[in-house]
Amino acid sequence: MPQSVPQPSVEEIAALIDSQIALEGPLLPILHAIQSACGYVPQMAVPMIADALNITAAEVHGVMSFYHDFREVPAGRHVVRICRAEACQAMGGTALAEATLARLGLEWHGTTANGVVTIEPVYCLGLCACAPAAMVDDRVVGRVDAARMDAILTEAGA
Amino acid sequence: MKVYVPRDSAAKALGADTVAEAIRAEAEKRGLEIELIRNGTRGMIWLEPLVEIDRGAGREGFGPVTVAEVPALLDGTLEGLGKVEEIPFFARQTRLTFARCGVTDPLSLADYEAHGGLRGLRRALGMSAEAIVDEVKLSGLRGRGGAGFPTGIKWDTVRLAHAEQKYIVCNADEGDSGTFADRMIIEGDPFCLIEGMAIAGLGVGATKGYVYLRSEYPDAIAVLNQVVEIARKDGLLGGDVLGSGRAFDMEVRVGAGAYVCGEETSLLNSLEGKRGVVRAKPPLPALEGFMGRPTVVNNVLSLATVPVVFEKGAEFYAGFGLGRSKGTMPIQIAGNVKRGGLYETAFGLPLGELIEDVAGGTASGRPVKAVQVGGPLGAYFAPSQFDTPFGYEEFDGAGGLIGHAGVVVFDDTADMLKMARFAMEFCAVESCGKCTPCRIGAVRGVETIDRIAAGDGSAVPLLTDLCETMKDGSLCALGGFTPYPVMSALTLFPEDFATAKEAAE
Ligand SMILES: Cc1cc2nc3c(=O)[nH]c(=O)nc-3n(C[C@H](O)[C@H](O)[C@H](O)COP(=O)(O)O)c2cc1C
Ligand code: SF4
Ligand code: FES
Repeated sequence: MPQSVPQPSVEEIAALIDSQIALEGPLLPILHAIQSACGYVPQMAVPMIADALNITAAEVHGVMSFYHDFREVPAGRHVVRICRAEACQAMGGTALAEATLARLGLEWHGTTANGVVTIEPVYCLGLCACAPAAMVDDRVVGRVDAARMDAILTEAGA
Repeated sequence: MKVYVPRDSAAKALGADTVAEAIRAEAEKRGLEIELIRNGTRGMIWLEPLVEIDRGAGREGFGPVTVAEVPALLDGTLEGLGKVEEIPFFARQTRLTFARCGVTDPLSLADYEAHGGLRGLRRALGMSAEAIVDEVKLSGLRGRGGAGFPTGIKWDTVRLAHAEQKYIVCNADEGDSGTFADRMIIEGDPFCLIEGMAIAGLGVGATKGYVYLRSEYPDAIAVLNQVVEIARKDGLLGGDVLGSGRAFDMEVRVGAGAYVCGEETSLLNSLEGKRGVVRAKPPLPALEGFMGRPTVVNNVLSLATVPVVFEKGAEFYAGFGLGRSKGTMPIQIAGNVKRGGLYETAFGLPLGELIEDVAGGTASGRPVKAVQVGGPLGAYFAPSQFDTPFGYEEFDGAGGLIGHAGVVVFDDTADMLKMARFAMEFCAVESCGKCTPCRIGAVRGVETIDRIAAGDGSAVPLLTDLCETMKDGSLCALGGFTPYPVMSALTLFPEDFATAKEAAE
């Protein structure tokens, strides 16, 4: 493995569950809280969440797997999301995405061998008037061309 | 001197943060006193970063501004765009929902009030619940999330339901490609949404609201959370709304990257912490919604339009529009266009005028081939249909839909077979899995289109049949409306579905 998988402690997970448990419908907020703290939702958290909410581990798992956002394993250090939706396609988004994947030798959802960059598809970032669009972690980028993508990847260390 | 640099995501995506930083640094270097305001966007995205400078005689626009141009900008030697509000794209609009967006500081409640904010809520606080709902009915406001259902009628159902607790749920899942109006108003005038939700709460007797905001919008999430805090601190939200003794509070919830969660019942399941599977209706969410309790589910724009309806009166609002499409629509112009952005106008503008005149045609300079209106479930239009006026019934009559009013323009290099294939692929990826015609049909759809692409003309009737099945046998519009883009592409651009075959012959 190019990078060590962060292993949060039982206490950390319990505290994160605790921070959201009072909400109405707390499961998604709990999963988000864990993922934002750890970068993924570790397997050991699943039975703890199930316990806290009085549901089965299978149900927790079922919910996690329904949504594209939740990860069972950590992503690369940076996640680059490239928009695949129509407005970006109208501005050459498909070619940009294909060239990026080819340059890194990755498929969608893949992570570079050095563990630095994961490429994810996304269906619209609300930047459709400055397409094609991408997001690097939480930073938005518009009118992405080959040169701009190069700069993004170089800066990320890919 | 006041300097405005938008904080909107689209402006940031085009470098607004670095420009703002450069302005701050350059002003400091020169010992120049400036007040730097991070406003929302005016919606003219092709001009972003659009910097505005007010030296006391109105706001002059400059854009797109680069970091290198900042010294000239502060010298007063940079060529400008003149008064921002006189730029034709802006001047021609009727801005009701977006009246403040781009004008004010989105984080300032004082600024909000100084520009007409809270007047609607203050008026509503003096009205009965029934009168509030009647006002919305009279305005003719219809849901801006896609289905166009009359908002007042939905509210009345919730108002008349008896329950200990009712809810206002704002649908901010905005998953349609080509749409960004929800995001813009949340980032640019978020108090307007809060005010609209509070009025909805008074109208139906709900004391709690949720905004289900998609995770793809981190900037909007941050702004809204910040503003909810401010609203609580300043007594706009909480147990005593504006000192009225009435309660309304709200929370922001973040989605998790599922398009189908924009469908209202799927959204409610997601909000409850379940898989975002679509629920069969009835029961209506208005009667058994969040946690099984009466719930208003409305789009961001529907709710953000409520304050102006109460501020200016239902009749004023209903005075705009065309036929049963009353008021204004914030249209989002995107894709391959010269002037993309947000254009709010009364219903009735012909599609062609919007694209050729307002948007200036394609960015590439090539002829327009197709326009998709209403997101991934919306039909493609060909230039021959450009006389269709923007209105719910009018678009329906032309075999399409307005949806959330996203307009995506393609030039003549677009391959409509590929676009049809994408529509099916998207449906397959995002299907909630509940019904077979959608879950399996979309996968078959991709395969069938691949056969057509490979030259098998006999697959064309299969595709047509499959679309019929999906239309008739799907529980929600994901499976039910995916045939719109597919069939419109096939019927309007048959040549794109025939070339491979002919080449093979
Ligand atoms: C697949 C699918 C996705 C949808 N996505 C959204 C969305 O992102 N935002 C939205 O407001 N409505 C969306 N809708 C429509 C909602 O189901 C619902 O009609 C709307 O939120 C009601 O609010 P309104 O009456 O104010 O429009 C979607 C519907 C379907 C079938
Ligand atoms: S049409 Fe598709 S998304 Fe809608 S309920 Fe059926 S399976 Fe789910
Ligand atoms: S379609 Fe790519 S950002 Fe909206």
